[in-house]
Amino acid sequence: MSLLLFTVLVFSGSLAAGLLGALTGLGGGVVLVPLLTLVFHVDLRYAIGASLISAIATSSGSAAAYVREGFSSVRIGMFLEVATTVGAVAGAFLAALVPVRALAIIFGVVLIYSAWLSWQQSRRPHEAAAPINPWSDRLRLSGSYPDGAGGEHHYTVDRISAGFVTMFGAGTLSGLLGIGSGAVKVLAMDRIMRIPFKVSTTTSNFMIGVTAAASAGIYLHRGYIDPGLAFPVMLGVLIGSLLGARVLIRARVSLLRTVFTVVILALGVEMIVNGWLNKL
Amino acid sequence: MTQISKTVHSPSRALDHRIEDMMGRLLQAGVVLASSVVLIGGLFYLRAHSGTTKNYRTFTSEPASLRHPVELFRLLMTGDAAAIIQLGVLLLIATPIARVVFAAIGFAVERDRLFVAISLVVLAVLIFGLVHVA
Repeated sequence: MSLLLFTVLVFSGSLAAGLLGALTGLGGGVVLVPLLTLVFHVDLRYAIGASLISAIATSSGSAAAYVREGFSSVRIGMFLEVATTVGAVAGAFLAALVPVRALAIIFGVVLIYSAWLSWQQSRRPHEAAAPINPWSDRLRLSGSYPDGAGGEHHYTVDRISAGFVTMFGAGTLSGLLGIGSGAVKVLAMDRIMRIPFKVSTTTSNFMIGVTAAASAGIYLHRGYIDPGLAFPVMLGVLIGSLLGARVLIRARVSLLRTVFTVVILALGVEMIVNGWLNKL
Repeated sequence: MTQISKTVHSPSRALDHRIEDMMGRLLQAGVVLASSVVLIGGLFYLRAHSGTTKNYRTFTSEPASLRHPVELFRLLMTGDAAAIIQLGVLLLIATPIARVVFAAIGFAVERDRLFVAISLVVLAVLIFGLVHVA
């Protein structure tokens, strides 16, 4: 395949991955890495490197739009970024030690788990109110967001240490697999720390860029980031995810979610099988 | 958990929102700049290598000139297309780092020592990731 054709195809695939990633809320990496390895036969390390770069672009590129809505919390984000960045550096070091086959299998498991999380989020039960955690105010993590009727909706943060530890895990996965691991970040904030869902998703988006930047330098040093691949992937995923965010407002999300959840499940199984058979 | 507005309104909240707004713009500007550099580099790259093929099936790591900033800048001076793309990638990595620096300054203006310290810890981890040599 000539380089021009390869670049055009990778760009189109990345655009689709970014689009799906935005629609499912899982980010471009979860579709992109299987696409590059299974369809384009790119070595997993190059795929992870390119994916990580695209995660920074997507997170930063959509930040301005998220900020305007007024849901994201700079304090919660910064506080938890201590955990995600340390985790990301640890994950990037781990990536060099773990054999590629094992990486593929871990990736597949994470894909299946993310798909399950994303599917669950659309049908979760309401939790009973818990007493206010005093550390929420002590660490100045309590906040508010516009309730849409001119008022402010206040919230506090609970189970901070458990959330912090989960965020370390999210960072490690990000550094290990080159994904944003937004699903795990939202899990930590929404489910564990009981932060409102909208605040969790927008703050997670903010955090993905900083988390990915922590391991990107290590990837660059190690030669995982190839310019010929980074170019179509970064631009493709970025454009795809920005388009996806627009479509999301109009599309019938629940149906799309179900369809893409199945796609991601299938990709996860295929990653595991290929890793197991050492075909990557 | 959430509750309806009864608690005292935090005075730093409005400032927080302004910091977030400026951070959003900063990130967007960084991405536009980095993407433009990558696009320009990419187009030169395609023109220089259009007929060739590249093998990504086996991992060979990148040449040292594309992995270390100092050597990257030396290569950049020769107008190398791959080096232009890597410069864009470096600019992209620098974008969230700039946001953390900006947040630290914002918290300092708010006289929030705790969050200045937290921001600086995050910054230290980011710089470690960028400059460490394996």
